[in-house]
Amino acid sequence: MLNVIGVADTEALFDEIPAALRIDGLTGIPAGMDEAAITRLMRVRAEKDGGVVSFIGAGAYEHHIPAVVWDIATRGEFYSAYTPYQAEASQGTLQVIYEYQSMMASLTGLDISNASLYDGATAFAEACLMAVRSNRKCGSRKILVSRSVNPVYRAVARRITAGQGIELVEIDCRDGQTEQAALDKVQDREFAALCLQQPTFLGTLDAVDTLTDRAHAKQMFVIAICNPMSLSILTPPGEWGAAGADIACGEGQPFGIPVSSGGPYFGYMTCRQPVVRQMPGRIVGRTVDVEGKSGFTLTLQAREQHIRRSRATSNICTNQGLMVTAATIYLSVLGADGLQRTALQCHANTKRLVQKLGALDGITVAFEPFFHEAVLQFDRPVGPLIEALARRKILAGYDLSSAYPELGHALLVCATEVRTTEEIDACAAAMKTVMNDPVTA
Amino acid sequence: MSEPVIFQLSAPGRRAGGHAPAHPPAADLPERFLRRVAPLLPEVSELQVVRHFTRLSQQNFSIDTHFYPLGSCTMKYNPRICNRLAMLPEFSERHPLGAVEHAQGFLECMYELQDMLKAVTGMTAVSLTPMAGAQGEFAGVAMIRAYHEARGDCDRCEIIVPDAAHGTNPATATMCGCTAVEIPTGPDGDVDLDALRKAVGPRTAGIMLTNPSTLGVFERQITEIAGIVHEAGGLLYYDGANLNAILGRALPGDMGFDVIHINLHKTFSTPHGGGGPGSGAVGVNERLEPFLPVPVVGRDGGRYVWLTETQRPQSIGRLSAFMGNAGILLRAYVYMRLLGAGGMRRVSEFATLNANYLMKILGEAGFDVAFPARRASHEFIVSLKSIARETGITAMDFAKALLDRGFHAPTTYFPQLVPECLLIEPTETEAKEELDAFAAALIDIREQARTAPETIRAAPVSTPVRRLDDVRAVRQLDVAWRDDAGSNG
Amino acid sequence: MKMSEVPGNLKYSKEHEWVRLDDDGLVAVGITDHAQEALGELVYVELPEDGGELAQGDACVVVESVKAASDVYAPISGTLAGTNGALADAPELVNQSPYDKGWLVRLTPANPAELDELMDAEAYRLFLAESAD
Repeated sequence: MLNVIGVADTEALFDEIPAALRIDGLTGIPAGMDEAAITRLMRVRAEKDGGVVSFIGAGAYEHHIPAVVWDIATRGEFYSAYTPYQAEASQGTLQVIYEYQSMMASLTGLDISNASLYDGATAFAEACLMAVRSNRKCGSRKILVSRSVNPVYRAVARRITAGQGIELVEIDCRDGQTEQAALDKVQDREFAALCLQQPTFLGTLDAVDTLTDRAHAKQMFVIAICNPMSLSILTPPGEWGAAGADIACGEGQPFGIPVSSGGPYFGYMTCRQPVVRQMPGRIVGRTVDVEGKSGFTLTLQAREQHIRRSRATSNICTNQGLMVTAATIYLSVLGADGLQRTALQCHANTKRLVQKLGALDGITVAFEPFFHEAVLQFDRPVGPLIEALARRKILAGYDLSSAYPELGHALLVCATEVRTTEEIDACAAAMKTVMNDPVTA
Repeated sequence: MSEPVIFQLSAPGRRAGGHAPAHPPAADLPERFLRRVAPLLPEVSELQVVRHFTRLSQQNFSIDTHFYPLGSCTMKYNPRICNRLAMLPEFSERHPLGAVEHAQGFLECMYELQDMLKAVTGMTAVSLTPMAGAQGEFAGVAMIRAYHEARGDCDRCEIIVPDAAHGTNPATATMCGCTAVEIPTGPDGDVDLDALRKAVGPRTAGIMLTNPSTLGVFERQITEIAGIVHEAGGLLYYDGANLNAILGRALPGDMGFDVIHINLHKTFSTPHGGGGPGSGAVGVNERLEPFLPVPVVGRDGGRYVWLTETQRPQSIGRLSAFMGNAGILLRAYVYMRLLGAGGMRRVSEFATLNANYLMKILGEAGFDVAFPARRASHEFIVSLKSIARETGITAMDFAKALLDRGFHAPTTYFPQLVPECLLIEPTETEAKEELDAFAAALIDIREQARTAPETIRAAPVSTPVRRLDDVRAVRQLDVAWRDDAGSNG
Repeated sequence: MKMSEVPGNLKYSKEHEWVRLDDDGLVAVGITDHAQEALGELVYVELPEDGGELAQGDACVVVESVKAASDVYAPISGTLAGTNGALADAPELVNQSPYDKGWLVRLTPANPAELDELMDAEAYRLFLAESAD
């Protein structure tokens, strides 16, 4: 090959790099390892982190993932395929995404889904940008966000929208309910959208129908953030109030994606038909080929960065293809019935956990009804309790005191369908011990 | 045979058994919150699921099945061990909000990954949180703005972008509230220095560059460019899309770059997965370190810890709910440990060798190489403009004809500067035989273009579908299956 | 190379827009045959809201084909007096009849002198010939 090119050695191929910039080798990188060695290393590291029983949700949920999901999702044809720009060579990926879009549209009760975004937090940020772009009647660059929305999502959205002169204003949430009185005080056209989470970050069920109608009356769009697992049981955003929410988004991780330290996950986004041109992300459409045969292709691409460049709706260049493939397989295996049972089992397990913990001295259940997650209020700071339980390899819950100081010493807990009654009871027993122990409490 | 949409395989009441617990009631939930109509999801058996998705996968081209020389995408082999180790149960079952005491194994991998990424880029600090290249770009430009604002230099809102740049670059500039200012590229593929000198000034926040550039050649005047921009008070952003070409050979930090994003799904072989997930870790020098997105992994004595807003008050903040694409970062970590320092140099060595060899044989076969007098980096451009003029057969037609010959097409029509172009990146994991076969295929297509062009225009004929009606896809938008009509309109 | 159609009674801008002064004093605007040919089959036209003020050179319409989205610029300053509603269901009218049924917007001109600055048919034909590849 060197002869064909006409050089003596491969070094010559780098002769256009100025000599002053060329390095002889890398420092700070260890020597390479073979597969057996790296396997041993990673097993040792993994072992340090195992054996924890988790009672935390707060945006990431441990569910049982059927074996078939990742066996098929990691098939080389899915795993090592590229973005489906050459549609004829990518019908597998494209059809999976079309099926995914269909399922998400139906789950959320809205018309159109995109092929996914990075995660729930960024999907929410993009939904805010989209609402400002689409709500032309209103023309406002301000978004009203309930404090019932995940605090990290609010922070990420603020960060991502800041560069485009968009202001996120918070509306209060009392007793786990968005303050309707505060909403009534806003002017017509003052805000482009109202953002609600259902179930709320605190696990409560908000008055979404009323809030949706009131927001619409003031020319606001409604952005709905929902744990998609809950959509198997709860009213979907497309049916909130009289007209339904305008945009739905959230974290798709519960659908067949392991919690894996926070990523990779995927964000979902769906919307009503009239605003589809403002929706970021890829979209797959069904069409026919030159022989009239049904096929799939990326569509509405003129919104995207590779065409609009500085006028693009967003700089997004990716969808979480692999995660969406896994989610679609997961949803196919569970079906509506399986999903509903899973959601109800999560609810039943959380109820059991809440009942056992709430029965202990010094702990009260903050709000009811709750779904899938719940808030417990304590007579003392929860930080040390969390640490004490962590030493027993139990992840007790999410400390709410900094994000929701008005709740006092509060813990957000969740028990999914993978938690057994033994584990739940053991958690309550451990909490009792820890709270009674003058040293650790 | 086309595979039906999964809803067409459903039968009412059919279930994949053994995957859902028994049916507990939800009597305590008020009626008004409950869904009345079940969502449209498949009702199929597990075997039907397996067959359906297996068959769908078989309709894809992928690295595991086909040579995939997509320029700028680095379609190299994804070692299977990376996936297996990243998905060890203790890693995949770890909740992101778990105690730091229960994450020491994971954090050690992340800390070492940060260090290795610093070493290959010549930067002093790294954040692993951006979830894709585009998000890495966003972080980079946001940090540049934060830097200027912290110094009271608030008028700097122009980002200089070469006209050959990837579309995400100007889109990112806009997302950060900046204006993209385009400068031209010279005939040799280097940025036009005079145009650059005219474009910089007190409103310049920085410049976004890829090196080697999107034209497939090394930006030879990079040191001068860095000088011009720095002197005007701007910073340099490195788009790491083409890092594979210089891995272990040159450090962007030495070239003068202040911030860089690395595409882990390109250079460090994490899976493309049909469109994602990616990972766009960012590296910075001392100037920008305080602004890095959080969380970053730190070390406190013998323990690994998270550094958050508390430790990094000037951080541009969080870009994701947790800490980025952890599972992808683990795959990249394993890959980098497999390669080691020597392996990384072999990556750029063979990527460049393969590209130059392919460029030479195509040039000798009479194809118009865009920059014949220059070395190819890890990719190069062939222009089909003269063939198009001669035969009416375009780059798009060539791409489709390649599919029939068992090759995924190279990148077409990017960069937009070169008309009817193919941007070809073989990567280092391909054998010589593959490159020879690919060249032979292109030569054959050109021959067909001259003697029987209608066969090329009709391509592809052997794929699961032929050319698709893109116009109809938009005009008769069908993006979700509806059970009643068979699909929506 | 196919010669594109350039009607004699219209005025033209360098961005390939045409302008027609109508009897009612309003001005109709569209894109030329050359432009529609270059864009390819249009799938969508994004029209502005009525009543808006436009300065000469403002982007006022976006025409979208499968592979590209392009801005159409106001060739003269004015107030938007109407948009072509037929394009919502039939964007291809711009391709089929760029000077007639495929008109985009109508404006109340703010400054009649700007019309004189535009090219006439002969000048535009020359402009096309000079910019040809």
